[in-house]
Order: sequence, then structure tokens, then C-alpha cells
Amino acid sequence: MIDAQPLEAPAEAAMRGARYAAWRFVLQRASAAVLALCVVVHLATIIYAVRHALSAQAIVGRMHANVLWPAFYTLFVVAVAVHAPLGLRAVADEWLGLRGRATDVVLALIALVLLGGGLYAVGSLAG
Amino acid sequence: MRANDLRARGHAGFLAFVAHRVSGIVLALFLPVHFFALSQALSDPRALDGFLEWTRRPAVKFAETMLVLALAVHLAGGVRLLFVEFVGWRAEWQKTAIAVVAGASLACALLFALNA
Amino acid sequence: MATPVEDHPRPHPPARGRNGVEPTFPVRIWRGSASGAFQQFDVPRRASQTVLDVVTHVQRHLDPTLAYRYACRVGMCGSCAMSVNGKARWTCRTHVDAVATGATLEIAPLSNLPIVRDLVVDMAPFFDKWAAARGQFKPTATRHDEFAKVSPSSPARRAIDATIECIGCGVCYASCDVVGWKPDYLGPAALNRAWTLVNDVRDGDGVARLRAVAAEGGCQSCHTHQSCTRSCPKHLSPTGSIAGLKRLVAQALVKGKL
Repeated sequence: MIDAQPLEAPAEAAMRGARYAAWRFVLQRASAAVLALCVVVHLATIIYAVRHALSAQAIVGRMHANVLWPAFYTLFVVAVAVHAPLGLRAVADEWLGLRGRATDVVLALIALVLLGGGLYAVGSLAG
Repeated sequence: MRANDLRARGHAGFLAFVAHRVSGIVLALFLPVHFFALSQALSDPRALDGFLEWTRRPAVKFAETMLVLALAVHLAGGVRLLFVEFVGWRAEWQKTAIAVVAGASLACALLFALNA
Repeated sequence: MATPVEDHPRPHPPARGRNGVEPTFPVRIWRGSASGAFQQFDVPRRASQTVLDVVTHVQRHLDPTLAYRYACRVGMCGSCAMSVNGKARWTCRTHVDAVATGATLEIAPLSNLPIVRDLVVDMAPFFDKWAAARGQFKPTATRHDEFAKVSPSSPARRAIDATIECIGCGVCYASCDVVGWKPDYLGPAALNRAWTLVNDVRDGDGVARLRAVAAEGGCQSCHTHQSCTRSCPKHLSPTGSIAGLKRLVAQALVKGKL
């Protein structure tokens, strides 16, 4: 049903709060879904590599041979950079009592560090 | 105001939550180390060999197994949550779902540990 | 003029042990408010005794200053909810035999709510959050309109039927650890009631209620512990209701309707 009443100022703030919180939730779940696929592939790769006793050079060689590997790990890194800070936000809020704008800023910085570090590692992989 | 103690928390749903949260924290702390170690090892062939030698130590193998366990626990638990939130909720399925998650995670970790 | 004690109904004669003394067992009851301590009483152990019977015995025969709440004493009103051996329960529906592990019984006020005195908590924050989740029906029809036709077998009505029986006893709220960790979390009861209303085709609160449950401290804060579902004396599933709200909020957001 359409809400016909005009919004007052406090409701405006609540609306922004709701959208911000809902976007965090949707991004957390969307990145989780992406990571579910990436982690299955990652675990399968790890277990395949240890079962076949692949040397590190062999693993790296196989990953150099196919451009899909750097692309895959880039997607992985981006999803992690979204997912991990949002997860840590709940931990900080509920177990450390850290909440509010300052905490969100720190978490955004963590996201950038993860993104930067991860993309650098993917760059090293791609050679 | 009083808070709940362990007597109220001794059930599968809460334990599943603790496993999911702790594994998430472990993975979040591990990742920067992982990215750093990878970028060092991959950019220099000698560093790669040295890294490989280091990973043969039993203590490192054990730590790797724990990380694989953390990853599997977090993944399987997360898939359960995505199912509950976006596919559907049945109260009577939950304990079974948690049992399946625990079993799959353990199987994955053992698969790694026994082969590594 | 005060009613003389002799006019109060006498309890049934208690069963006596071999030497004629009634067996008792120790019961620890919280006294005071936020700061306080457990006080031990020795209470007669009787057949089919409930925890409410124990508290009532203490107040009537051992310490008249003990403060506690009850009303129906038959498991309909939810007023007697307290923390029994660490778990929130209706004391009128809790047999001592079922919970007195070992020999002791520990009775405390509900968790996560301010303590007024002894076993009485202030339920105002619980109902304030109910209001904050917009847990009130907003009518759209008038007396001049036709009755709304709602099929009982429709998915929305079945969702409501599964969760409508909440009587606001506070047991789920007291059982929820997220409520304890995050003061602004609306909690299982408020969100459960919001779920029944978003599914009600007659209700007109629409987007406003979705925004209320989507804001910080709303449904997204639930981590599916299921402590609420496990403890609800009416066997409701707030966890399921909250999962439903998460779904609706996400759908509304990506469709630009939040």
C-alpha cells in the first residue's frame, strides 16, 4: 500500500538509516553468494593440489597458463573486500561495543587494505 | 539488567553461530597475512622455494588444516544462512541442517589433512 | 482495616516425612535490583510443584517483601515469566522436578530488561521496541467498505497464523543474546509482530513498517541463534519471521521500493 502521509524530518533520517542498513545486508549476502562459489573452487583447487602433490611451481605454472585464474581471483578479492569488513562490523558492534561513523570509516579502510593487498597478490600471481 | 549465561546458550543454533563468527574472525585476520605471503612468494622464485620448505613443517601443516577447517565451517554455515534467509525456513530442519554443516566441514578438513 | 491472616485460605496439609517433618529443598531467589544478590530459602518439596508455587510459598510464608508477578497461573497470560536455572520460562508451567538439577533451584528476573525489584522487570523497553517496529495494525477500510476477503490457505495468511499467537511475555526477548549485546536491537517479539502485519493484506502501513524493521537494530541484526524459537512457550518461531522480513526488505530495496 502506498504511504500517503508526507515524511517528517526524523522519518527522513530513519529512511536513510534503513536504506544504508539494508544495502549493507544485501551486499553482505550477495558477496557471500559469490564467495560460496569462489571458496568451493578454492577448496577444490587446494585439495586437488595436495592430493596430486603438485609443487608450488606446478600450481603457479597452471595458473599462468589460463587467464581465467587471475580473473577468478580478482573476483574473489573484490568479494572478500566487501564481505569481511561487513562481517567485522557486527563483531565490533556486538562484542567490542564499537559502533557509529568512526567505526564505519575504519572498516572502509580495512576494505581498501584487503582490496589493495589482494589485488597486489593477484598481480604477483599473474606475473 | 542481567545477561544470559552459558546455561541459556548450550544449544545447536548458538554453537553454530559461535563457530561461524569465530571462523570468520580467524579468516579475516589470516587474509592480510595470506595476501602478503603470496605476493612475496610469487614475485621471487627463491622466496617460493623457501616458503615451500617452511610449509612442510608439521606445525605449519596443522595450522593450514585449521585454516581449511575455518574456511569450510564458515562456507557451509554461510550457505545454511543463505538458505534460511532466501529459500525458506522450517523449524524442524534446522538441527539437521546444522549437523550437515558440521559434517561437511569436518570432511573437508580431513580431506585436506590426510592428503597434505 | 487489614484483612486478618486467618481469613486467607490455608494450604493443603503438606506430606510429612517419617519423623513428621516435611522435606525441604534450597531455592536461591534474586533480591534487589541491578545490584543485589541471591537469597536462599528452604522450601517444602511437594508433588507436581511448579516454580510459581515455590515463589508464592516464599512470599506468603517466608518473606512477604519478595516482589514477583503472576496473574492467570495456568499458562495463558505470560506474566510469570522469569529466569529459572538460567533459562527464561513461564514459572507456572515449569515443574520443579523438570528443572531442579541436582537439588538447587535458581530463580532470577528475566534477562535483558531493567529490574524493578527482586523478580519484577520493567517491560517498558520491550513494548517500546514493539512500537518502534511499528507493530500496530494500520486500518485502511471503513465501516462502509465490504469485509476484506482473506483466504485462510493463502501463503500470507498461513505465515500470519504460524506467528500470530504471541502474547508479549518477553521470554524470547530475555533469551536473545543479540538483545543483550546490542541495545538498539528491536528483538524477536517486535519483529515477529511486524512480520504478521506485513503479511496482512488489510494493513496500510506498508513501506513505513519495512523501513522501521530495516533500520539499524532491525531484522538484519538477527544471527539465527534460534534461542527465541527454542524458548517460546507458544512454540512460535521468531527466527523464521525475521528471516522472512530480511527477504522482504532485500526485495524492496533492490526494486527501489524501500
